[in-house]
Amino acid sequence: SKEAGKKDNSTRYSLLASLSCSSTNTVVEMQNPSSGVKGAEQKLNVTTIPHVIAGETHTPIRVKVIKQEAQAFATMLVAYGYIYPLQNHKKLVMCNDASLYRFQTPYFWPTQKWVAEDTDYAIYLAKRNIRKKGMLEPYEQAHYNHLHEWLNHKWDFIVMQATEQYKVARERKKPDRVVFDCQERAYWIVNRPPRYTHSAMDYGPDRLIDPSADQVKGQYRHTHTHTHTHTEWRRLRILLEMVKYITNYKNHDPFLAPCLPSNPWQTESDAYWNLNTRRVDVPTKMRVERWSFSLFELLSDLRGRDDFKIFLKKEFSGENLAFWEAAEEMKWGTASSMSTKAEAIFKTFLAPGAPRWINIDGRTMGLTVKGLDHPHRYVLDAAQTHVFMLMKKDTFFRYLKSPVYKDIQKKALNPEPHNFSDSQVEQNARNRGMGIHPIILWQQEEEERAKAAIASAPVDVKAVMSKIDRKK
Amino acid sequence: MCDQTFMAITFGPCDNCSTTSPLMNIYIKNEPTNYCSFCVEMMACQGLLKGETLASLKNESESLKKKLEEERAKLHDVELHQVAEKIEVVSALSIKTRRVLKGHGNKVLCMDWCKDKRRLVSSSQDGKVIVWDGFTLNKEHAVPMPCTWVMACAYAPSGCAIACGGLDNKCSVYPLSLDKNENLAAKKKSVAMHTNYLSGCTFTNSDMQILTSSGDGTCALWDVESGQLLQSFHGHTADVLSLDLAPSETGNTFVSGGCDKKANVWDMRSGQNVQSFETHESDINCVKYYPSGDAFASASDDATCRLYDLRADREVAVYQKDSIIFGVSSLDFSLSGRLLFGGYNDYTINIWDVLKGNRVSMLFGHENRVSTVKVSPDGTSVCSASWDNTLRIWA
Repeated sequence: SKEAGKKDNSTRYSLLASLSCSSTNTVVEMQNPSSGVKGAEQKLNVTTIPHVIAGETHTPIRVKVIKQEAQAFATMLVAYGYIYPLQNHKKLVMCNDASLYRFQTPYFWPTQKWVAEDTDYAIYLAKRNIRKKGMLEPYEQAHYNHLHEWLNHKWDFIVMQATEQYKVARERKKPDRVVFDCQERAYWIVNRPPRYTHSAMDYGPDRLIDPSADQVKGQYRHTHTHTHTHTEWRRLRILLEMVKYITNYKNHDPFLAPCLPSNPWQTESDAYWNLNTRRVDVPTKMRVERWSFSLFELLSDLRGRDDFKIFLKKEFSGENLAFWEAAEEMKWGTASSMSTKAEAIFKTFLAPGAPRWINIDGRTMGLTVKGLDHPHRYVLDAAQTHVFMLMKKDTFFRYLKSPVYKDIQKKALNPEPHNFSDSQVEQNARNRGMGIHPIILWQQEEEERAKAAIASAPVDVKAVMSKIDRKK
Repeated sequence: MCDQTFMAITFGPCDNCSTTSPLMNIYIKNEPTNYCSFCVEMMACQGLLKGETLASLKNESESLKKKLEEERAKLHDVELHQVAEKIEVVSALSIKTRRVLKGHGNKVLCMDWCKDKRRLVSSSQDGKVIVWDGFTLNKEHAVPMPCTWVMACAYAPSGCAIACGGLDNKCSVYPLSLDKNENLAAKKKSVAMHTNYLSGCTFTNSDMQILTSSGDGTCALWDVESGQLLQSFHGHTADVLSLDLAPSETGNTFVSGGCDKKANVWDMRSGQNVQSFETHESDINCVKYYPSGDAFASASDDATCRLYDLRADREVAVYQKDSIIFGVSSLDFSLSGRLLFGGYNDYTINIWDVLKGNRVSMLFGHENRVSTVKVSPDGTSVCSASWDNTLRIWA
């Protein structure tokens, strides 16, 4: 960026800080003549270049790593300019083959102390122009023209520097000159990457923290907030609960156990999604099992909620769930709908003699009703929590033991695992299902909801009476 | 949901002192009552219940203290991986790239899955937001944003809209349509307005509200229809880079992480910072709740991922390795919570065993840093977005 020389911003600082110790130590060790990577001489045109290593030999680093990880790490070293490729010099990755690489001289290592300034780049491009006109690549020519324009006030200085450097270079021995040219070129590929290539030096927009603030490295405070009175002896119980949760869900995790009939991403067959749609007639066994893990799971899966509603209807206790749903609608609804929703909920569930009156304790009822005078989205919180706890501690467990649940468990499908051959998978890929667009599904849901609302709405006796009156 | 006392946001006369003030719903001898906060404090500090003497109480507290010390000694230094010793190891994972989504002209900064488990939205540095059907690789919509660096994008729960924002300091909602050729930018709705860049956004449980985090150090809850600010959350002392909503039945809290190395848990109703964790050594780039909602993980520039338990109120695990020196930009849990996928700045994705603390696998393929990692809603795949202009879906 144009402001590269202006200030050393914090994101760049932290980027280079993460490179510092580990990378430089590793690179130094790699060059150790006895224990490091073995180099060789390479014939390049008419000179031989010493200390060249082949891509394949980059692995012997002291830390025990798998081959691919070593390659990834080596790619980082190439991307940041500690090592540079000799052949495909614009592609900054470590290839696991016989392509050749060299260690970059420490002078050109990325460091926070020396930022690659535009003036330096201009000198470099000018120097190459002096050496041989027309040797700049198109993107370099574009940079050159641009720099010539806005660094014009310094151009005499730049040309002078470039000429001096060129003269000094001529006095070197040819192999040294070739090596230095390669090193310098590699440095500028890293710091002024060609168009349409990816650069590791990118660091995104500036973060606004103060870079000159003290870096509290190695010291971190562990803050206990002490707003709750948790005691140490609960820790074991908490950790065990985490383990229990994972064990419960293990067979439902597609990364740990195969999903039946198959994972759509692996076999290109969307059967798994079709068997688990929102309103499927018969759910799968795995899905039904998940409903039994917690009331939260049962309610989160709308198909499970439907089943729960069937049970509640049989018990004539559907008003708790209906109230909970209404409270959710209120909590997550638009700000403008608060008062109308509050009124509807009061009429349906809380008013004395309401058609779906919920049985909550007197205090909560009193407070809720009072709060409804000035309704806000959380006004039903206490009542909703109370109702949820009732369902969680009592109704949910009765549901799991009920004929409704046992029935759906029996009926539930257990699909056979797919066993596609590679060619069948290819065939599946050609016939990938489009599925139903979420917008269409949403419209269908809205229709269903409207129907359900009409079916369960409190009958406005006065309106019915007046209608009858008018008909007479 | 754990058995904590809930604060009922109600207003009325206190049962003890009769003054009208915000009330806390508490139980005294199994009887529910509503006290104002002052009376709660008074009661907690005094209160000899009937039949107790100071001496008997003292004896009781001494014996409890002794019991606590005994238990504490037994459990000194119990760590998650010790508890998980008897659990079997994760069997070898064979995860491959199943899709490469090409189409962005520049770095892909963020992505989010649709609840239908196959569609996703992604946003890029060049200002384009693309809605894809990941399964068929169809690009369904391409929305040009008026700014570059669109750092946050989210899919609405209904699947009918998307939200995005970045250097424009705003979060805008675009309703989607079945017509591919419709100009979505025409129906754009500006919802959130911050004083600095938008770093993260998410819809709550419905399409009507959006939670945002910003470089101005705050998070905020907005009403989509009116653009009204419902609640703002102040407490971070530097840019907030990420947030995540709790997957709990109460759905009232969220966690945020920022450049001040802190991860804060907030109550959406009151705007209060209820818990804070500061053990990272550098900026926190991403925070994500554990599937049960009782814990969350954070990813940081210090090259570690850390797991914090909310009820224990402390860090319970650190996921790090000597050979990993580059920052983690993003993370997500697999469905069961056993695996933790982390996207790193060295172009790789590391997969950690959450219980045992070791790395189980690595995913290679991206050619520049990984900016976002998200597991699909049914856990069948994980999607990674990268600065190499592509997204990859792995399974």
